[in-house]
Amino acid sequence: MQAFRRYLRNPAAVLGLLLLLLVIGVALAAPLLYPEDPLDLAGRPLQWPGANPRFPLGTDPSGRDIAAQVFHGARVTLLIGAVATLVSLGIGILAGALAGYHGGWVDDALMRVTEAFQILPSFLLLLVLVAVFGSDLATVTLAIGLVSWPATARLTRAEFLSLRSREFVQACRTLGMGDARIIFREILPNALPPVIVYAGVVMATAILLESALAFLNLSDPNVASWGNLIGAGRGVLRTQWYVSAIPGVAILVAVLAVSLVGQGLNDALNPRLKAAA
Amino acid sequence: MRILALALRRLAASLPTLLIILAGLFLLLQLAPGDTVDALAAQMGGGDPAMMARLREFYGLDLSVPAQLARYMGRLVRLDLGFSAIYGKPVAAVILERLPVTLLLMGSSLSLAFAGGMALGVLAARRVNRWPDTLISTLGLVFYATPSFWFGLMGIVLFAVNLGWLPAGGFEEVGAGHTGLRRAVDIAWHLVLPTVTLTLIFLAIYLRIMRASMLEVMTQDFVRTARAKGLGETAVVVRHALRNALLPMVTLIGLQAGTMLGGSVVVESVFALPGLGRLAYESVVQRDLNTLLGIVFVSALLVILVNFVVDLIYARLDPRILAGR
Amino acid sequence: MSAPVLAVEGLQVALPPGADRPLALAGVSLALRKGEILCLVGESGSGKSMMAGAVMRLLPPAVRVASGAIRLDGEDLLAASEAEMRRVRGARIAMIFQEPMTALNPLRSIGDQIGEMFRTHTALSAAETEARTLALLEEVRIPDPRAALRAFPHELSGGQRQRAMIAMALALEPEVLIADEPTTALDVTTQAQILALIRDLQHRHGTAVLFITHDFGVVAEIADRIAVLRQGALVEEGPAAEVLNRPQHPYTRTLIAAVPPLAPPPAATRPEAPPILVVDRLSKTYRRAGLFRRGGRETRAVADVSLALPKGGTLGIVGESGSGKSTLARLILRLLDPDGGAIHLDGLDLARLSHRAMRREAWRVQMVFQDPYASLNPRRRAGELVAQGPMLHGVPRAEAMARARELFELVGLRPDAMDRFPHEFSGGQRQRIGLARALALRPEVLVADEAVSALDVSVQAQVLRLLAELRDRLGLSLLFITHDLRVAAQICDRIAVMRHGVVVEEGRAAEVFGAPQHDYTRALLASVPGRGWTPPTLPAEAQETA
Repeated sequence: MQAFRRYLRNPAAVLGLLLLLLVIGVALAAPLLYPEDPLDLAGRPLQWPGANPRFPLGTDPSGRDIAAQVFHGARVTLLIGAVATLVSLGIGILAGALAGYHGGWVDDALMRVTEAFQILPSFLLLLVLVAVFGSDLATVTLAIGLVSWPATARLTRAEFLSLRSREFVQACRTLGMGDARIIFREILPNALPPVIVYAGVVMATAILLESALAFLNLSDPNVASWGNLIGAGRGVLRTQWYVSAIPGVAILVAVLAVSLVGQGLNDALNPRLKAAA
Repeated sequence: MRILALALRRLAASLPTLLIILAGLFLLLQLAPGDTVDALAAQMGGGDPAMMARLREFYGLDLSVPAQLARYMGRLVRLDLGFSAIYGKPVAAVILERLPVTLLLMGSSLSLAFAGGMALGVLAARRVNRWPDTLISTLGLVFYATPSFWFGLMGIVLFAVNLGWLPAGGFEEVGAGHTGLRRAVDIAWHLVLPTVTLTLIFLAIYLRIMRASMLEVMTQDFVRTARAKGLGETAVVVRHALRNALLPMVTLIGLQAGTMLGGSVVVESVFALPGLGRLAYESVVQRDLNTLLGIVFVSALLVILVNFVVDLIYARLDPRILAGR
Repeated sequence: MSAPVLAVEGLQVALPPGADRPLALAGVSLALRKGEILCLVGESGSGKSMMAGAVMRLLPPAVRVASGAIRLDGEDLLAASEAEMRRVRGARIAMIFQEPMTALNPLRSIGDQIGEMFRTHTALSAAETEARTLALLEEVRIPDPRAALRAFPHELSGGQRQRAMIAMALALEPEVLIADEPTTALDVTTQAQILALIRDLQHRHGTAVLFITHDFGVVAEIADRIAVLRQGALVEEGPAAEVLNRPQHPYTRTLIAAVPPLAPPPAATRPEAPPILVVDRLSKTYRRAGLFRRGGRETRAVADVSLALPKGGTLGIVGESGSGKSTLARLILRLLDPDGGAIHLDGLDLARLSHRAMRREAWRVQMVFQDPYASLNPRRRAGELVAQGPMLHGVPRAEAMARARELFELVGLRPDAMDRFPHEFSGGQRQRIGLARALALRPEVLVADEAVSALDVSVQAQVLRLLAELRDRLGLSLLFITHDLRVAAQICDRIAVMRHGVVVEEGRAAEVFGAPQHDYTRALLASVPGRGWTPPTLPAEAQETA
């Protein structure tokens, strides 16, 4: 509760929360405001924003409504961001917890795999996965989760390493508690706050990765994604730059919202750093 | 010498990791629908089964999976990355042609991001919670949240299309026939927008880390000791805090090297630069898996190399490293 | 009487809003004269470190001087400009700190950091600076001064680093030296050497020393005059002998009464019972091997240690850091796996049990940990922490909670404390929760690993009394691990002295303290600060509960 009050006293964090609520609101409103498929032909192509009251944000080179795509794009972005983050956190926390708690060869083996993933440029690996497994929505989401877990694993491992030697963990062991219980019931709740905070970074990165993939036309072409739209606008960049500009602002807002909330959570959960400032 | 020995040891320690990567790549190759011969046949507009069988034999594709893995590893150790059906050349040759552009782009972006991030981070930390800090931190957030390709596109609209100050793409003016210094200036001119585009997100990350690191170091006991000696604020920052605060920044170079390579895929595509990243994109589109996996392998080597250099720098900065913790 | 070098007059230091009290220092006046050591004594939170910060104008952010005056040779430092203050710091008032590990810049050599004093305040040439630095290192008797000049902090031991800090502080012959708990982080033998060094240098240079400490043993060792600080107010001030032996203020009297004398109480020589716990040639070696590292390093943390703990008795294990005493405790609890040897508990060899079997038998040996902050899971309520053990061993929740309630009463905590979280308790109360947790399993042997070391001296005395009382009431056998010989003398029947993983001497407490056999034991006893001072027996004060 105290942390929540600290959060609300931080203007940047509140702004982030408002922006996030805005994106969520837009995503929820999409099927109500634009019940049609946003990828259907809606009118004459390349109408400037404001030129036609039916299309407040104009139309793209294929004559699709940009506003409808922006609204539906919010759904896709949030869905991919959230699911990929969950996948990444799941793998990362499990690997990090096991490596940090057990140490020894378990740690060595898991860390080698983590390093392997960290050495491979994640976007390149994402390209490979998409090239091999195809680029429908589910595959892309899973692939993004799969390439972005190493940082979470390292963070969790570091937390576990420091908590493992803490006396309260030793106390649990002297009581005769088993390893699984110590890992998940005693250490994990204490290790989780920094990981949760880091989830903001993971989600921001996931959104950016998906938009880059879509921009290159390598994501699912059958969903309205902001990155797809930017890619579609590339051909008319010199004259109708708004086609690419508008969805870019949408991505900016979404990523900004997620990172501001993450940072706000960090400041609220670790007041020590703030107090020193 | 001890520093070199240490870094070499670390380099040797990354061998198992490299093996894991190789095995993973091979696995992906196995999972992919179709093989090299299919790709070749498709290129040639279909082929008769007998010839395809002979080709499979030629490429060793008829062997058992473990035997193929052994062959694959054996080839990679000799840096034989296979043959690109699309480009009609060995993959290694294709990659080598494209590598310099990417290295140039990465090197200039890294330098810009590191120097800029350090300067801005220190400035923000020294004026913490006052307007310069707020301004710098806000800019950092915006840079971080903006997709680089969008920055690139908008940069083209503004600086190339509307203002006409900078070229919209390409590595150099094709057919101008510049040589020597003229050519270097021309290339630099073409690289301004791509470099800035690739830099911004890393600048944001570096400045955030530098700011946090400075704030952290300034609370430490030895900074208090320095003040108790009668040192002025500037001397405290320059002589005591800065070098300590740089340590996490140096670590970050190694961690971000891979991400930067990934970023160059997008930036090279936006600016039509003939680099490794664009090659990766093209091979995905053309389903040239041999080339794609070759690029991934070379990237991994590149990242390991960067980390080797980072280890050397770190050991120079921090005498504790040589003591083996 | 000469005029004071440093005079603090009615100093008020204000804490930021929201702190536990508005003033860290509430109108403190002190006078420090040339050539004397004034000890500023207080428990944690008394504001003693704020005094140093105020004089140096190095207070934490948001803490500020509200009123008063600080005069150095009559000149008011509070009125000085920041630039003037910089010329005072280091040159006229120098300071040494508690943590020699962190007080030096890890990335720069010792010589460089000491030389910085000259470079900042004088115009000496590089060669002269180096010569002066070398002379300083020689004066503080660092072994191999020439090598120390080039060494980095991590290459020196804690004691050597503190010597380097002292060399740095004395570089410009300051009029005043402020020493903030300079020996608290050091081992007792190192502490004795550093105290002797400070005393010696202070004599030779006539420096006035403001020595801040919480330890009355150290005070007795070094003070000319004593000022006692409590909650930001000066409660008593006077010559050392007066304050130590005839304290006037009730607070000073409680503090001094809580200092354990360095001799076991003469009474109660209990009959020796048969041993309940026998440790037989127990060994543990740490290896730092690396696949690509030439020749891994080996440390024999515990080497063939054999000990016996009599049933219902207390065996003290004393030693400095690195002696292996904590490793020994962790081996007995099987938090670490021994390399060899046996741990016989009532006929059962704990060393041979599988991890699964050990978990079943875990209730037999329980431990009270050192750090009252780290030893309780911050996310569990106190009652749950205590009930957890019995529940793990099959006791139904309701019964376990009832047992926890009884234990809370037993260790002197109110039952309504069960619903609170660890951070809502003081350090002493947390140690009581830790004790209740250990007792909840009704263990046969209780291991206390530095269980009172992190506590203020008055709280320490209470927890020690509680421990002794529970031992006698519940028939516990106690293995008491400590670096503090005064504490060991109070509670142990037998003492084992450890050094470098080996037990060098073992025997009845009275004999070990009265007639030590081994050279190391003698050195250890000779190093205890204030050993020449026997705290006076004062009429019992009303006891506060921690």
